[in-house]
Amino acid sequence: MANKIALMQGNEACVQGALYAGYRFYAGYPITPSTEIAELSALELPKVGGKFIQMEDEIGGIAAAIGASIAGTKAMTATSGPGFSLKQENIGYAVMAQIPLVIVNVMRGGPSTGLPTQSAQADIMQAKWGSHGDYPMIALSPISVRETFDLTVRAFNLAEKYRTPVMLMTDEVIGHLRERVEIPVEGELEVFDRITAEAGKLRRRPYEKEPGEIVPAMSVFGDGNRTHTTGLFYNETGFPSNSTENAKIMLDRIFSKIYDHVDDIVQVEEYELADCEVAFVAFGSTSRVVKAAIKQLRADGIKAGLLRAITIWPSPEKQIRALAEQVDHIIVAEQNEGQYVREVQRIVEGRAKVYHIGRGNGEILTPPELIDLVKEVKHATK
Amino acid sequence: MQPSKLVQKYFREANLPTIWCPGCSHGITTKAIAQAIENLGLDKDNTVIVSGIGCSSRAPGYMAFNTVHTTHGRAIAFATGIKLSKPELNVIVITGDGDASAIGGNHLIHAARRNIDITVVVFNNNIYGMTGGQYSPTTPTGAFGTTAPYGNVDQPFDILKLAEGAGATYTARGTAYHTKQLISYITKAIDHKGFSIVDAISVCPTYYGRRNQAGTGVQMMVWLKDNFVEKTVYDKLPEDKRAGKFTYGEFHQEDRPEYTAEYQKLIEHVRGEQ
Repeated sequence: MANKIALMQGNEACVQGALYAGYRFYAGYPITPSTEIAELSALELPKVGGKFIQMEDEIGGIAAAIGASIAGTKAMTATSGPGFSLKQENIGYAVMAQIPLVIVNVMRGGPSTGLPTQSAQADIMQAKWGSHGDYPMIALSPISVRETFDLTVRAFNLAEKYRTPVMLMTDEVIGHLRERVEIPVEGELEVFDRITAEAGKLRRRPYEKEPGEIVPAMSVFGDGNRTHTTGLFYNETGFPSNSTENAKIMLDRIFSKIYDHVDDIVQVEEYELADCEVAFVAFGSTSRVVKAAIKQLRADGIKAGLLRAITIWPSPEKQIRALAEQVDHIIVAEQNEGQYVREVQRIVEGRAKVYHIGRGNGEILTPPELIDLVKEVKHATK
Repeated sequence: MQPSKLVQKYFREANLPTIWCPGCSHGITTKAIAQAIENLGLDKDNTVIVSGIGCSSRAPGYMAFNTVHTTHGRAIAFATGIKLSKPELNVIVITGDGDASAIGGNHLIHAARRNIDITVVVFNNNIYGMTGGQYSPTTPTGAFGTTAPYGNVDQPFDILKLAEGAGATYTARGTAYHTKQLISYITKAIDHKGFSIVDAISVCPTYYGRRNQAGTGVQMMVWLKDNFVEKTVYDKLPEDKRAGKFTYGEFHQEDRPEYTAEYQKLIEHVRGEQ
């Protein structure tokens, strides 16, 4: 079967990807620049028997989506800026209760109401650290419209596989960019459906992993398992426990299910890295600008390259460490005042010089300024 | 002592006893919900109990259904997702006065507006118990709490008027003393197609009682008995006899299109056109 070709924007590709992954529930609240995801979900979901609901606020949006997922339905919510802040508490709930969910953040300029119609990549640290308490997070960042489709499917797969919320951290540029997309045909991309407990076969301890399971199988409401879900620390029965020893065990599980599978979760793109002397680390729309700059630099005889984090959380530690062994200069280009650069510095541990270029005023980076910085960096070390 | 048949059938005995203080009436209201479910013969496997945060919201952990203990104020929003995604499930929300009408007030009014088929039972003890006795949106003006050391300046909500104004299609108030009526209201509420709410007046001797010299749990129950009058009886009382009295009873009932059924019609309409 031939691929269908369509001209679509990133936000549309997100909904098409979600449909491909089999989502059947969307709850959210209107907010620029993510609203098209809600609008298109409202249009498309009823056609496949799915449900769309515009909730009374952002908190209700994520709460209803988690509710649908607990009941056994693949669910998504999308937001931007202020809405992402409002959703934080329930993101932590989904982590703790181990509920699969896809949260899309089409990033815009902040803080506060900020720049609703301008692009930014300034919620990168919030994606990892925004909810209270200690927890890991999976966050993906697409470079194009087609990749928005693919990563939405992947976000659902990872959410279901690891019983955890997964963030698709796109931005206004990608969300509203229109590109030609070859839509994947059925079977072309992997679709992972959650592993469910056998109907009616009561597990005495529903949070006890059975052999071969990454996470315990989930019960579906109506299957007779009648489990309990809570945001308190719980033991293997699913019921609350105040024991600090138990909290340690459960916290370890929440972390290790992610960090023991980093190689499955982390994806990067290596662009012109083989012989590179000055390397960029970037993600999302900014990496398009970086690629344009690298083309020009290479034409000028400067060996620049890019390590693009497709998975931004957990961060590609292994790949960044290897890069620090290879080059003396790493430039982190991101559309904010300096966020992911801190993560890169932490990983590099002084093995290479780390620079930051970026700004949070909504103005996207341009190839000339990246080129100038690379030349400056190279010149300074001569 | 053998637990009653009702407890054996509908409670997770291994999780008992409850965390609730001596004299707290939450056990009575929780049991009333189980009795209502028994009266209606609901299938446990297809029944979901959702709660928020607070003393009341610990109830689902003791109940042998599909149970979800969510975040503060958000039980109705979680329940909306559960019910809309799987309308075949019976969805009951257990919440407190603070959980339902302060932090969760927005979800309460909008679920009522949609007339989604969820039953909300408010364990209304006029105080934040779990955090140690702060005033809530139903604490009477002048009453004391740890955050109202000079008496409460706020005016309280009538949760049923709020819900009715927002569009709830069944509203009733019961008390922990008048259990027969309370069970009957919860039974009718669950059986009602649409958004239903039962304001279950409860007693908190530990925090409300002590601060307000309201006495022990038993004395507070006697106070409920003496001061709550069935609504139709109250309506016939002469003006002078009404002073200081409160009402229980069924307050509002109407038929209006139910949200998940309407959404199902929308799906059928859209798919019919394809």
